Amino acid sequence: MRLDAKIPEAPIEHMWDTHREHLRLVGPRNRPHYRIIVVGSGLAGAAAASSLGAMGYRVNCFCFQDSARRAHSIAAQGGINAAKDYRNDGDSVYRLFYDTQKGGDYRSREANVWRLAELSENIIDQAVAQGVPFAREYGGMLANRSFGGVLVERTFYSRGETGQQLLLGANSALAEQIKARQVEMHTRTELLDIVVIDGRARGIVVRDLVTGEVRSHAADAVVLATGGYSNVYYLSTNARGCNVTATWRAYKRGARFANPCYTQIHPTCIPASGEHQSKLTLMSESLRNDGRIWVPRKRGDTRAPGEIPEEERYYYLEERYPRFGNLVPRDVASRNAKDVCDQNLGVGPTGRGVYLDFRDAIAEHGRDVIAGRYENLFEIYERITGVSPWTTPMQIYPAPHYTMGGLWVDYNLMTTVPGLYAIGEANFSDHGANRLGASSLMQCLADGYFILPITIGDYLSRHPYGDVDSSHPAFGDAERGVRDRIDRLLGIGGKRTVESLHRELGRVVWDLCGMSRTAEGLNEAQEIIPKLRDEFWTDLRITGTGDRLNQSLEHAGRLADFLEFAELMCLDALTREESCGGHFREEYKTEEGEALRDDLDFAHVSVWDFQGPDERPSLHEEPLTFHALPLAQRNYKI
Amino acid sequence: MRFTLRVHRQTGPEAPGALVQYSVDDISPDTSFLEMMDLLNEQLTAKGEDPIAFDSDCREGICGMCSMVINAQAHGPLPESATCQVYMRQFQDGDVITVEPFRAAAFPLVRDLIVDRSAFDRIMQAGGFISVHSGPKPDPNSVPIEPGTVELALDAASCIGCGACVAACPNASAMLYTAAKVSHLGLLPQGQPERYERVRNMVGQMEDEGFGACRNYGECEAQCPKGISIGFIGRMNHDYLRASLLDPVDRQGKMVPQ
Repeated sequence: MRLDAKIPEAPIEHMWDTHREHLRLVGPRNRPHYRIIVVGSGLAGAAAASSLGAMGYRVNCFCFQDSARRAHSIAAQGGINAAKDYRNDGDSVYRLFYDTQKGGDYRSREANVWRLAELSENIIDQAVAQGVPFAREYGGMLANRSFGGVLVERTFYSRGETGQQLLLGANSALAEQIKARQVEMHTRTELLDIVVIDGRARGIVVRDLVTGEVRSHAADAVVLATGGYSNVYYLSTNARGCNVTATWRAYKRGARFANPCYTQIHPTCIPASGEHQSKLTLMSESLRNDGRIWVPRKRGDTRAPGEIPEEERYYYLEERYPRFGNLVPRDVASRNAKDVCDQNLGVGPTGRGVYLDFRDAIAEHGRDVIAGRYENLFEIYERITGVSPWTTPMQIYPAPHYTMGGLWVDYNLMTTVPGLYAIGEANFSDHGANRLGASSLMQCLADGYFILPITIGDYLSRHPYGDVDSSHPAFGDAERGVRDRIDRLLGIGGKRTVESLHRELGRVVWDLCGMSRTAEGLNEAQEIIPKLRDEFWTDLRITGTGDRLNQSLEHAGRLADFLEFAELMCLDALTREESCGGHFREEYKTEEGEALRDDLDFAHVSVWDFQGPDERPSLHEEPLTFHALPLAQRNYKI
Repeated sequence: MRFTLRVHRQTGPEAPGALVQYSVDDISPDTSFLEMMDLLNEQLTAKGEDPIAFDSDCREGICGMCSMVINAQAHGPLPESATCQVYMRQFQDGDVITVEPFRAAAFPLVRDLIVDRSAFDRIMQAGGFISVHSGPKPDPNSVPIEPGTVELALDAASCIGCGACVAACPNASAMLYTAAKVSHLGLLPQGQPERYERVRNMVGQMEDEGFGACRNYGECEAQCPKGISIGFIGRMNHDYLRASLLDPVDRQGKMVPQ
């Protein structure tokens, strides 16, 4: 099958309008006949479900949490970008496009990125109309701030909880549609399979997490808004429940997976304090503006940081990058922290941490100035670690927090399975090999509010409605498969807990397919992961039964998918013999140690096609073209 | 550190519940309360017992999913914190800690420490929104909003919907939650057209769900992980009173044929 991205034939600034004008529509009288399933209730899912409901479609929306409002979009802190140019500082759609494309290290699809930049303005308008309380200036106008990797102020924010406020906006729109009976919400319900009939997605099989009931839902189209897969690393900034199951099930049903090796590792997170650690917390990277990063020069130096004299401190970023010092880009900062810890210079109980020291900044600017900039971050840090950054340097370490890879989608956000859509972090489309700060919320809402509700009609209008219901034998088969798998999981009767196996997988993937990767390490991972998978399927222990709430069973099902997915991720990383954005192969770097792209051989999207349980997936390429912005070496130094 | 835990166990809504005692050893003070529960669960699983069911997701105090009453306080001893933000260093070595679910008639128990808080969602669905559809909207700067108003609305909107206010209240009242939601939208200019209808519908739903009445104990504010002010309840009562006095027909005006 050829990968047709359906990029419209038009100049880039007119593409979306042209495309929209030529899409087929479903009339308002017919919309109530079409049933749409939306899986996930985060920014993308809630926005899509509410928009589709308001148009008149019959929507069923699913989430595994106890309420739609708890999806992990809620944890986004910083803000949302929009090319409003309210600051009169020269911002434009083109500049937002340019920054996103460059930030993604030229590995995104131009047409999608342009459309995202174009729609960014509408998102702010929509959110404000819903009652999202964005910060305002004294005159009552919307306030903006600046974010990493850009030279304009285009980020809109609500304190440090922009994600929560935007999600509450989308969630309130969803509530309105639930009240209007346009959307039926299914909480504590997890997708476990996707049903494809005659090549079209026709429904899903879910498990009610409270009663254990496995049941089917048929529809005319299925939308996955199920987020990213950072939890393959076990420790990440994602919520505990985030998982790859929906997208992985889709992959195994024929939807192709794009660029699974593109993961973003955020440099400033609170390090793990021991084996017991269950998740990692992000600290805003703005701290690097005033904090100095260092480790002791001497291995195994156990002195308190304050007792280590100046000449015995290794300010490794300042020494290695004298021009940029502590403000090198995210990926560089992350890789260097790993490097010094690999040399056993790391600090903290696990040896995986570096100091971020405000001593000099406090001495230079005074406590008040530093408090004005970072007080709330200092508080968060102290709350978690019990240590005050006013007196003792912070300890930080990089952590996985976003995945740019995902299901391959065309310009309409449809996967390679007709009728199956992927939106938000679950798809691959807009962030290339590295996402810029404050862009994830923007993409989720653009997909959910403005793109999908229009493009899905084009597909629906070409098919009769309601011609399949869940009595079709394909649903019965899928349900049986799901039940068999649950029985298999419960029947293993081994010794190891899900938690311990997940932790072990996380360690392998983090060490061999994390911040820096080598062919040797990735080959090793390809050997370890299947063994770990065998161990999982022979030595797992789950107590309890499948006919009631069983959290170990839920976790085991998700881990089983991560154990398969991890192998594909490593295979993709091995195949991409270049470094770009968050994907850093040790073999491919400039003399200065920066990511070295190979545009001749790898300016494409790697798209993987499932071939069978023990078969090597086949690799397809979607070539990337660069018309609006010619290829250039990414450089933040000049 | 070592602790003795007395944890509420109950296999289902109809089954009898009881406090069951467990001991945990060798806990690092930097372990979070939920991680300590994870460790206990691993031990239980290893022994072939059912792990303790409890809700949690983001583990950074924003999703509102975690919900434990620790030593008779919703979300435990630390002020303005969710359960997931409590660390073992906040206890003394050897402490006996009692862990119970968020108890309320309107929050039926699901299993062990998990309760059903869908009543909150239904209060939202009764009117916790501004009726707008997706599509082109006027530029937000065309309606300037005084920053103080936005900040106050944001204070209310910071509610994470965890239900601690209900668990903390001797009457299991949901007034603080409902007031936070009503006030967030009622303060903003966008929320004015539906302001009184909203408060009427949301309060009506709150009562239908079986939450208790407010007696101004103030426990809700004291145990709220986001420190939402009880002042919003006064604001809601004001709006509700006004809504009850307003005749909806009058509000819409009359068309008199000429």
